Amino acid sequence: MKRYVISRIIFMLITLLIIISFTFFLMQTLPGSPFNDEQLSEFQREQMNERYGLNEPVPKQYLNYLTNLVKGDLGVSFQYDGRPVTGIIKERIGTSAVLGIQSLIFGTIIGLALGIIGALYHNTTIDYASIIIAVIGLSIPNFVFAGLLQYWVGVKLEWLPVAFWRGFEYTILPTIALSMFVIATVARYIRTEMIEVLSEDYMLTAKSKGLSRFTMIWRHGVRNSMIPIITIMGPLVVSLVTGTLIVEKIFSIPGLGDQFVDSILTNDYPVIMGVTIFYSALFIFVVFVVDLLYGVLDPRIRLSGGDK
Amino acid sequence: MGNVRSFRWLITIMIASLTLVLMACGSDSGENDEGSAGKSEGGTSEQVINLVTTEEVPTLKSNGQIDGLSSTVMTNLFEGLYRLDEEHIPTEGIAESHDVNEGGDEYVFHLREDANWADGTPVTADDFVYAWKKAIHPDTVSPHANLMEEIANSKDIQDPDSDIYGEVDELGIEAIDDKTLEVKLDVPIPYFINLTAHPVYLPQKEEFVEDQGEDYAIEAEHVLENGPFVMEEWKHDDYWTLVKNDEYWDSENVEIEEVVTNVVKDSATAINLYEVGDVDVVNLSSDFVDLHEGDEEMKTSLEFEMYFLRFNQKNEYLSNVNIRKALDMGWDKEEAANAILKNGSKPIHHIIPEGFSFSPDEVDFRDKYEGFNMGSIEEAQEYWEKGLEELGVDSIDLELLSYDDEQRSTMAEYIRNQLQSNLDGLTINIHQQPNKVKLDLEDKLDYDISYSGWRGSVQDPTYFLEIWESDGPYNWQDFSNKEYDELVEGAKRDLSDPDKRFEDMQEAERILLEEEAAISTMYQSGTARLVKPYVKGFVAHPNTTNSYKWLSIEK
Repeated sequence: MKRYVISRIIFMLITLLIIISFTFFLMQTLPGSPFNDEQLSEFQREQMNERYGLNEPVPKQYLNYLTNLVKGDLGVSFQYDGRPVTGIIKERIGTSAVLGIQSLIFGTIIGLALGIIGALYHNTTIDYASIIIAVIGLSIPNFVFAGLLQYWVGVKLEWLPVAFWRGFEYTILPTIALSMFVIATVARYIRTEMIEVLSEDYMLTAKSKGLSRFTMIWRHGVRNSMIPIITIMGPLVVSLVTGTLIVEKIFSIPGLGDQFVDSILTNDYPVIMGVTIFYSALFIFVVFVVDLLYGVLDPRIRLSGGDK
Repeated sequence: MGNVRSFRWLITIMIASLTLVLMACGSDSGENDEGSAGKSEGGTSEQVINLVTTEEVPTLKSNGQIDGLSSTVMTNLFEGLYRLDEEHIPTEGIAESHDVNEGGDEYVFHLREDANWADGTPVTADDFVYAWKKAIHPDTVSPHANLMEEIANSKDIQDPDSDIYGEVDELGIEAIDDKTLEVKLDVPIPYFINLTAHPVYLPQKEEFVEDQGEDYAIEAEHVLENGPFVMEEWKHDDYWTLVKNDEYWDSENVEIEEVVTNVVKDSATAINLYEVGDVDVVNLSSDFVDLHEGDEEMKTSLEFEMYFLRFNQKNEYLSNVNIRKALDMGWDKEEAANAILKNGSKPIHHIIPEGFSFSPDEVDFRDKYEGFNMGSIEEAQEYWEKGLEELGVDSIDLELLSYDDEQRSTMAEYIRNQLQSNLDGLTINIHQQPNKVKLDLEDKLDYDISYSGWRGSVQDPTYFLEIWESDGPYNWQDFSNKEYDELVEGAKRDLSDPDKRFEDMQEAERILLEEEAAISTMYQSGTARLVKPYVKGFVAHPNTTNSYKWLSIEK
């Protein structure tokens, strides 16, 4: 197990390095340049490029970047007059994380409930209702939900704030909008898996042991249906992060997603690099955790040789 | 069983993290409920106003990369020698008065005795000297240093080939005493007082700025203000709060206590916030103007921001003047502004805005020529046929480089449709690009026609006209006319005969637009906004900045 974790970490670092290098060189092909403002004279543009080392040959810039990166220095933003990139990420990541985690937890719980109910009442009206909810959640993009919730719940009913991120009540609408996709995905997987699990022999054994219906479903049914959920957690986290881009914009939430888009449009190289590295590291880490969880949840999946 | 335990463990973690998140949010709301953009509950006449903007303020350094939003925030936090009043005319700010010599190239400013920084220390002439020298210094790379070009020696200090390159002490500015500032100009420009209201001319207190070092003006606590407001809170990309500055010399005339500006990037969201009363002023994009047509809360204002189509004369077809005239006259400018933009923008057949520049006898620049090439579509078609004949072709393909936002891309579509249906044999392809990329393509002259704009930050016609000088850095279209160059260069250098200078500039505009049709003028940009009826004194200047000094809430 220990050896497995160490080798995985090494591979994770290599993956990250490859991503950093790719992004760095791809970024060089971005059209436009950060300092082509009409207001700057030719000479001033040269000066700016010099100040930020953009006049150096690309391989040199790359090495400089890596050296600083190792020191934990991601450079300063071009767009916001010298504000450090680490500060920009730090300021915004908390918000995006809260939104993402909240949506993930809320979505998973509701999704689980819907899926289990659907499976238990297989082929009844209740089941169809849960399928319809799942299909709607999967097929309608989250920004549509966001817009609808904002207008109806925020403007028309005035139950919850229209936008901003200034307290718990402000997080409710964006969380719901963002979790629709999670609810739908989780419900769909759980339902299918549960239907299969319910027809397994061990469920019959459990029943014959005289276990109560609740214990039977909870202990044997739900637990065994959880494996596929863990499988989709990785992709779900990814979709949540990308989903926040637009939901953050609609609800005026100062998160990382929106900043990422802005930095690309303004050729703010240090911010593009910083946010990419951050996102990649996050994804790589999530995939790693998911793999570890497999082993924890299902002893049949062994991460390393059988010697325990 | 190990599995059961791990499963329970997983659930426990999920519940624990949920609780943590909820707690974190709960405490957040507790802290933020007060200061932030909480609605000023109906009924109270609290002097608090909530505004929106679409982006984070890029800088608060007077020598930084100032844009419209930075200018707005800075001119409310700081005050220069002069500031724009409610009628957009420069009025005394930190300067109580000024004397100017007969030649118009030596100014002496008398600063107010009671002008203080927010920390209670007096604003002195040295604060101006420090800030201006810093802005001019080549190492600062201030994008607006060009607005200081006319101050004595400024150009040489910024010219790497000059003997005094980088020697800012040679700049023609001197603190005679704490409250007296002397400025010498190379050229007696008539609009110098106007310039002193621009953010690049703001003072900075050396001691404070040097103390903050790299941190200066990047957070609210690293700013030292001398204007009507101080920045109390600056939550990046979220909101910033300006509160009344009690140390400001004119604070008794500032009624509003608090101005909160919220960053809202989505225009529909901004309007929803206005509907529920969370914000008090909101800009309307053209698709929302329709919904509020005739609404009493809708107000419009005009800016000194002119849009036009550049014709790249490197293109063989566009080098033909008849083709250019046909393209200029072949579309309906009135309909474009009134039916497509609908936000108060004004159709134009000229490039120098109305109310922008006045002769020594106070006659508006626009009085002589109302506009150029105001002919009919039939005339355009005649020019078109003539042009095609001269070129020996019967069809022309052109690319129109355009902005990528909704409003301006709709505008580009409209122009394409008009031109294609009015001019036989013309095909136009629209090439939309984000602004940075678009600027790059323009700079490289890698386009045929481009949808461009220019803002008159300096209220003098040369500020627009110099764009099209043959060697002008923003010519970007290979336009060259010797007579034009002479007139504009003369207007920039020789200010001895103001009347002749004024006429020369009017003639230059005529050559550019009527004779050469170097560009096709489109519209003067306007802004439509909704303003709650209880908001009084919201001043939107034509230079796209807003002043809060005269704001008040009257409920």
